[in-house]
Amino acid sequence: MSIKKFAVAAYDDEAVLFPAVKKVRSAGYKIHDVFTPFAVHGLDEALGEKESDLHIAGFIYGITGTSTALGFMGWIFTTDWPQNFGGKPHFPLPAFIPITFELTVLFAAVGMVLTFCYLNQIMPGVKKHIFHPRQTDDKFVMVIEVNDTNAAETEAFLKSTGADETNIQIAESDWWYGRFDKKEDYEIQQQLA
Amino acid sequence: MLNQEFKVPAKLKTTSMVLLGIGVITLIAGVIFLLFSKDPVEPMRQLDQNRFWAVLLQNSIFFLLIALASVFILSGVSLAQGGWIVAFRRIPEAIGSVVWVFAIITGIILLTLVWTDNFHIYAWLKDGYNPHNSLNSLKNFFLSKPFFTVWTILVLVLWSWFGIKIRQLSIRQDSEPKGTTKTYWQNFNVSAGFIFVFALSLASTIPWLWIMSLDSHWFSTMFSWYTFASSFVSGMSMIMLWVLYVKRHGYLEIVSNEHIHDLGKFMFAFSIFWTYLWFSQFMLIWYANIPEETIYFQTRMHGPYRIFYWLNIILNFVCPILILMPRPNKRNYFVVTLVAIIILVGHWIDFYQMVMPATVQEHWKLGWFEFGIVCGFVGLVMYLVGNKLTTAPLVPQNNPLLKETIIHIS
Repeated sequence: MSIKKFAVAAYDDEAVLFPAVKKVRSAGYKIHDVFTPFAVHGLDEALGEKESDLHIAGFIYGITGTSTALGFMGWIFTTDWPQNFGGKPHFPLPAFIPITFELTVLFAAVGMVLTFCYLNQIMPGVKKHIFHPRQTDDKFVMVIEVNDTNAAETEAFLKSTGADETNIQIAESDWWYGRFDKKEDYEIQQQLA
Repeated sequence: MLNQEFKVPAKLKTTSMVLLGIGVITLIAGVIFLLFSKDPVEPMRQLDQNRFWAVLLQNSIFFLLIALASVFILSGVSLAQGGWIVAFRRIPEAIGSVVWVFAIITGIILLTLVWTDNFHIYAWLKDGYNPHNSLNSLKNFFLSKPFFTVWTILVLVLWSWFGIKIRQLSIRQDSEPKGTTKTYWQNFNVSAGFIFVFALSLASTIPWLWIMSLDSHWFSTMFSWYTFASSFVSGMSMIMLWVLYVKRHGYLEIVSNEHIHDLGKFMFAFSIFWTYLWFSQFMLIWYANIPEETIYFQTRMHGPYRIFYWLNIILNFVCPILILMPRPNKRNYFVVTLVAIIILVGHWIDFYQMVMPATVQEHWKLGWFEFGIVCGFVGLVMYLVGNKLTTAPLVPQNNPLLKETIIHIS
């Protein structure tokens, strides 16, 4: 949680955004984030994003589900409450497979959704600073973290890459709990006090 | 770049010729030593004959069905108007257009078996074979000489025709003016027709008729789907091997990691699909525990075919799922080649354990005859497909989806 200074540029079109991303990266700026109204194919490669580790988490959740199902059913039917079902053994593996499969899928799916939400900081009650009100509508917004010395220069550079509007914003870079923006939140707190 | 004529590399030519030679010599030796076996013991002579026919039956059906898988994937993707396959379309087309050769071989073997009343292979051919356990009347119609003959010939002709037609249409499009889509839509309709034929043949009746009837008193409605899954995943592996081979020799530059990744996904997903069907068939029989059904798994799970039963699960499920699960592995040419070979071997074993217990009982042997016949069929595939590939440019230049396939991201 920290307040930082950002140079923000809004583009009209993904065809302008792509060359801009390339120019900004080759000029040596580090891009904080890019917001687009829809998923743009190839943007993550252009941004140099590494492959997500989400699927490794998914694998771990999956085998957790597998071992939970097998362990729990095995414990029930061999130790806790052994019963004879149609003369089958007390640990009838083929009969356990469907349930094991379902639990594997359930654990992997739910676990991955929650991890995905956590990594992307989207949760009920979680708020993030919005750099441009139209970033979910029709604008492609690129954000670069700056400091006091290079702010003006960065903004000018962004303008030169074909941005429609550019500005400098001082904003919270992380997420926080609450229904309102940080500033509004603060004002409401003041009024209540 | 977009007009490449494939030349059969000298090495492929010699290898395929050598393998074909081994196959033909083995076949002749098989006729001499197995079909006209001189074993002094009568039951052993019978066993040699059964081994001869069963191996031919298994291999011809296996190679016919994995070649047919190419026609199926082409039809399916054409109907879905998928662009990803267009980059290497000519390879499944080439495989599909030689289906007729395997159809003729399979047809000769099947009809010889049926019309020589070889009830040691197809027990249902013998009238009153077991009067206390006879087939019911509907099944008697299904498992009868006339129906078997008519349906087999009809299906083999249709498969061959569709395999050739789909390639013909695709090649015709190359010489048509740019931007016309008439042939493309014609191909769409032919594909729809093939899916219909396929649903009534391989996806339902044909595996019952050709393979399941070896155990004529045992039945499973899952059997056809299970056989289809087996042949389809092997067919995708064979396409993968051909694409990588052709690409390695400097052709198919528009095939990128993305297309290889897609093929790898098919191998991965359909290995799981095969396991799902195999297990569904197994679990119901295991759970119900009815003797006339469990007899099928008795010989395979606990009897002399134990090793194939476990190899089946390891090679066709455990290996593909664990090796192909990480994304980078599906884009690594060495890994996908390795898994493609594992899958082909695994499903050959799957077909082996479908055919053998009913025909040679516990006396299975993986000897010179099996090895030689497999070599012959592999050589035949290499020779036919390699030659077919030379007869048309490797890139379908006028396909409306060509641009889509070049910029394709999996």
